[in-house]
Amino acid sequence: MTDMMHNFELFQPGSLADAQALLKKHGDDAWLLAGGKDSLDWFKDRVMQPTAVIDISGLAELGAGIRDEAGGVYISAMTTLTDVAENALIKDRFPLLAEAAAHVASPQIRNVGTIGGNVCQDTRCSYYRDGFPCYRAGGNTCYANTPTAMNREHTLFEAKRCVAVTPSDTAPACVVLEAEMVVRRGKKEVVIPAEKFFIGPDIDIERMTALKPGDILMGIRIPAKWSGSHQYFEKVADRNTWDFALVSIAMAATVEGEAVTDIRLACGAVQCTPRRLSDVEDLLKGEVPNEEMETLAGRVASSGSKPLNYNHFKQPLMSSLAKRAVRSMSA
Amino acid sequence: MSEELMPYDPTVDYTGEPAIKEITPDGSKHIPPWKPLNLTRRRFLQGVVCSGIAVSNTAILFSSGARPARADARAVERLISLNINGRKRNVDVAPNETLAHTLRYKLNLTGTKIGCNRAECGACTVMADDVSIYSCSTLTHRVKDKSITTIEGIASADGTLHPVQQAFIDEIGPQCGFCTPGQVVSAVSFLKQNPSPTVDEARMAMSGNLCRCGAYDHYLKGVMKAAESV
Ligand SMILES: Cc1cc2nc3c(=O)[nH]c(=O)nc-3n(C[C@H](O)[C@H](O)[C@H](O)COP(=O)(O)OP(=O)(O)OC[C@H]3O[C@@H](n4cnc5c(N)ncnc54)[C@H](O)[C@@H]3O)c2cc1C
Ligand code: FES
Ligand code: FES
Repeated sequence: MTDMMHNFELFQPGSLADAQALLKKHGDDAWLLAGGKDSLDWFKDRVMQPTAVIDISGLAELGAGIRDEAGGVYISAMTTLTDVAENALIKDRFPLLAEAAAHVASPQIRNVGTIGGNVCQDTRCSYYRDGFPCYRAGGNTCYANTPTAMNREHTLFEAKRCVAVTPSDTAPACVVLEAEMVVRRGKKEVVIPAEKFFIGPDIDIERMTALKPGDILMGIRIPAKWSGSHQYFEKVADRNTWDFALVSIAMAATVEGEAVTDIRLACGAVQCTPRRLSDVEDLLKGEVPNEEMETLAGRVASSGSKPLNYNHFKQPLMSSLAKRAVRSMSA
Repeated sequence: MSEELMPYDPTVDYTGEPAIKEITPDGSKHIPPWKPLNLTRRRFLQGVVCSGIAVSNTAILFSSGARPARADARAVERLISLNINGRKRNVDVAPNETLAHTLRYKLNLTGTKIGCNRAECGACTVMADDVSIYSCSTLTHRVKDKSITTIEGIASADGTLHPVQQAFIDEIGPQCGFCTPGQVVSAVSFLKQNPSPTVDEARMAMSGNLCRCGAYDHYLKGVMKAAESV
C-alpha cells in the first residue's frame, strides 16, 4: 500500500486493440489513464477504486501530435495542453483554443495533462468528488442544492436534479470552433460534434460526455471554418493558477466591414455543458459592435439564469464577460 | 424551531421539482426501483483487490523499459529500472506508486518535497526529459522511459551550484526553504527552454510553485538574474 491510493493493476498496452481488449475484459472495473491529473485525485480520495488502470500513453495509434487537416487542425487526444497552447498552427488559426489550454491549472499540470483528458474529465462538484452518494453517483439526493449547501461554483442554467458544472477550459472553445470528437467505438470510428459530446443531466446524470464505456477518444478535429476569425477567451477564477473557472467565455466571430456576419459564443462553468449564448449570437449578427451592443449583449447573456444560494455573483460575471468579448471586436 | 433552522435531513429532497417527475417526463408509470448505492454507483467504492501482490508473483524480470508487444496478458512488472540524475536505479515499484514516493522513500532522494500531494503546490517538482512535472501526481511506471532530474541532480558533480541556485542565494529567494527545491527545478527547466525570458514569461513559468512564505518576487528576481548567466 503506497500513498493514499487503493491497490490496482496497471496496464500499459502498446496498441489500440490491446487497450480495447483490456477495457472489454475488465468492464466497469477498468479506468483509462491519460495524463492522470484528474484520475489520481479520484484515486487518492478513494472515491473511485477501479481495479484495472489502463495507461493509454503507449498506444501506437494514439501518438501525441497536431497536424494540418484541410485548413483546420487535427489534435491527437494524447497531446499535452502545453503543446496545444504553444503550437504555431493552433496559435495562428485558433488562438482561442491555445488561450483556453494555456489557462488550465498550472504549467506542470499542462506539461502532463492531455487535451483528451481535459474534455473527458469529470465534474468538480465538491460533494460529488468527496464521495457523497448524490444523484450523479447513483444516489437520490443533490447535496449541493440544499438550504445549507455551499454551491458557489455550481450552475446558473439547466439544473436537472444535479447542479454540477463543466470544469473544462477547453470545452467551450471546442464548442465555439465546432470541433468534432473522433471516438473509437469497437472497430468503428464515430465522430461526435462537440456540442453533442458534452451532455447534461437530462441525457445522463452519471456522465459528462457522450462516451460510452469502452470508448476511446482518439482526437479532436477543428474544421477550417473559424480559422482566422476574430477570437476571444477569458476565464475568471479565484486564483489564476490551479483554480477552475467560476465563469469562462469563448467567442469566434467574422466581421466584414464593420458588421458581424457570423458569431458563436459559449460560456464554461455556468451549466453542466458549455452554454451556447444563442440569444447574444442572434442579437449581434448583422450589427456593428459598439457600446450599445455591448450593454445589450451583457443583459441578454445571463437572462433566464437561476442562481442557487451562493452563486448569484455568477450572473453579473457572465454579463461582464459577454460585454468584454463584444468589446474586443471594436478594439 | 422555524423551518430554516431545522438540521439538514439527508432523506429530504430539497430540489425544486420532485425527482420522480424527472424520471418519467412522459408520465409513464415506470419508476426504476431504488437500489443500494454501491450497486448502482458506477465504479464507486467497489471491493478492493490487492492486485499489487498478485502482480509480484509473476516472473521477476528487469523490464528493459521497452513495452511488450502484447501487454494485455500481464500488468506492469514491479521491478523496473529508472534513470535518475544520470544514474540507473533498480527499484521495486508498486503499480499505484507515485514518483515522489519512489524518490523519497525508496531511493532516499528526500530533496524532493511533498507539500500537498495533490498537484496543487509544486514542492514535488522534478524534470522528466527536461520538462517540469509534479512527481506527487505521476505514477512512477509512467516515467520509466524518461530521464528524471531531481534537485539532487541540479548542481554539477563537483558541487558547483547551478546558476539558478546561486542566483536564488544572491537574491535571498528562500525563507523557510520548503518550496525551494521545486522552485529551483521549475526555474532550471524553464531556462532550458527559454534562456532569455521576459519577466512576464518567467512569472508564468513559475506560477505552478506555491511559496507559503510569499517570497515570489525574490524567486522571480533570481530567475531573471540566472537567465543572464545560463
Ligand atoms: C490542481 C488541479 C487544477 C486543475 N485545474 C484545471 C483548470 O483550471 N481547468 C481545467 O480545465 N482543468 C483543470 N484540472 C483538471 C485536469 O487535470 C486537467 O484538465 C487535465 O487536462 C486532465 O487531463 P489528463 O490527461 O491528466 O486526464 P486523466 O486524469 O488521465 O483523464 C481524465 C478522465 O478522462 C478520461 N480519459 C482521458 N483520456 C481519454 C481518452 N482518450 N478517451 C476516453 N477517455 C479518456 C479518463 O479515463 C479520466 O476519466 C485541474 C486538475 C488539478 C489536479
Ligand atoms: S506535493 Fe506535488 S504539487 Fe504539491
Ligand atoms: S520559502 Fe517558505 S515556502 Fe517558499
